[in-house]
Amino acid sequence: MAKTHLKMTVNGQAVETLAEPRELLIHVLREKLGIKGPHIGCETSHCGACTVDMDGKSVKACTVFAAQADGADVTTIEGLGGPDNLHVLQEMFREHHGLQCGYCTPGMITRAHRLLQENPNPSEEEVRFGMAGNLCRCTGYQNIVKAILAAAAEMAAAKEAAQ
Amino acid sequence: MIPGAFEYHRPESVGAAVKLLAELGEESRVIAGGHSLIPMMKLRMADLSHLIDLQKIDDLKGIRIEGGRITIGAMTTQHELITNAALQDAAPILREAALQIADPQVRYVGTLGGNVANGDPGNDMPGLMQCLDASFTLVGPDGERQVAARDFYEAAYFTARADEEILTAVSFDAPQGGYAYEKQKRKIGDYATAAAAVLIARDGDRCTAASIAMTNLADTPTYSAEAGAALVGSGLDDEAVKAAVTAALSAIEPAEDNRGPVEFKMHVAGVILRRAIDRAWSRA
Repeated sequence: MAKTHLKMTVNGQAVETLAEPRELLIHVLREKLGIKGPHIGCETSHCGACTVDMDGKSVKACTVFAAQADGADVTTIEGLGGPDNLHVLQEMFREHHGLQCGYCTPGMITRAHRLLQENPNPSEEEVRFGMAGNLCRCTGYQNIVKAILAAAAEMAAAKEAAQ
Repeated sequence: MIPGAFEYHRPESVGAAVKLLAELGEESRVIAGGHSLIPMMKLRMADLSHLIDLQKIDDLKGIRIEGGRITIGAMTTQHELITNAALQDAAPILREAALQIADPQVRYVGTLGGNVANGDPGNDMPGLMQCLDASFTLVGPDGERQVAARDFYEAAYFTARADEEILTAVSFDAPQGGYAYEKQKRKIGDYATAAAAVLIARDGDRCTAASIAMTNLADTPTYSAEAGAALVGSGLDDEAVKAAVTAALSAIEPAEDNRGPVEFKMHVAGVILRRAIDRAWSRA
């Protein structure tokens, strides 16, 4: 099957690659573009480990065809922060022990980022409801919720300080 | 989990999409949010040579409310149904139902059109659309036609839509009175063990109109005119509610599956419907 020429913006960079239309976005990111932050967990749209931000929406990259993503603006965990400039969500996941094995963490944080963009001051219940598409088999979620609430508070405080 | 190969098309108008569908024939399918179709393709339970992506067709998007009539483009996502303030005002039952579908990531991409057109008995919007007495707009090579939601579903995955037609919009009158969409599911992301859509209008202590439909309890969504009629004229006393529940349960035919045996589903359906009726009445 002929490959198609895909153009996307990934983490602020314009990228181009060739892919078959049937290839999944998660495979294009990981294998063609070397962006290995988004993980493959279940590959059946249940676990959310492959969550990325696409055109301002949290999506499961295992359930998007490469061809559908042509022209899209994609942000992965790599686009939120790195080892030398952790995003506040990453800081708070570390601070509150929001991970154990860490496999679900990139998806968790990428999803939490969008959640806080839409609702900067969520209640615990809103965090739990908003994170319901991401599964963690280690933590029991308690500390993930704590970390997201703490990040929301940090972000609010930083915003206030900046004003 | 790689599906079979296909050619990808991204038309920019309904006319172009219909033309492609007719030209490419039965090996082609339209794709909306894709969260039913892509998993089926990955499992190779669906094998298609051509996918016609509707994402670039602006005419399929948006929510219009004019003179008490609500029209929602097929490509409107569940997330947009949840966040649209005017729709929340005019028909809050849409938001209540959409919030119970799948999970946040799926709701960002899953569409109303895909949900109603797919014909999966597990989908929530078909039952709700029957409760609302909605009409579906279908566009094919011979033009446009309207099919009532109550006439649309023939069997699991079989609907009144012809292969060369695209479902472009859903429309219904803004509902009056109280409403509830109640759903029992095993976990977030699951389809309903049982779900019920209920609309009730009241005048003082009397119910003046009622509409009841149920989800995932038969091959198709199940609207029961008898169940609604059992409430009309009553004050929603126990006897009237019992009659409505009995009527609705006689219309469903649940099948045993991993959500439980038939007896259990009948029991859950009764409980869920009763809760939906109570909530709708309290809001009426």
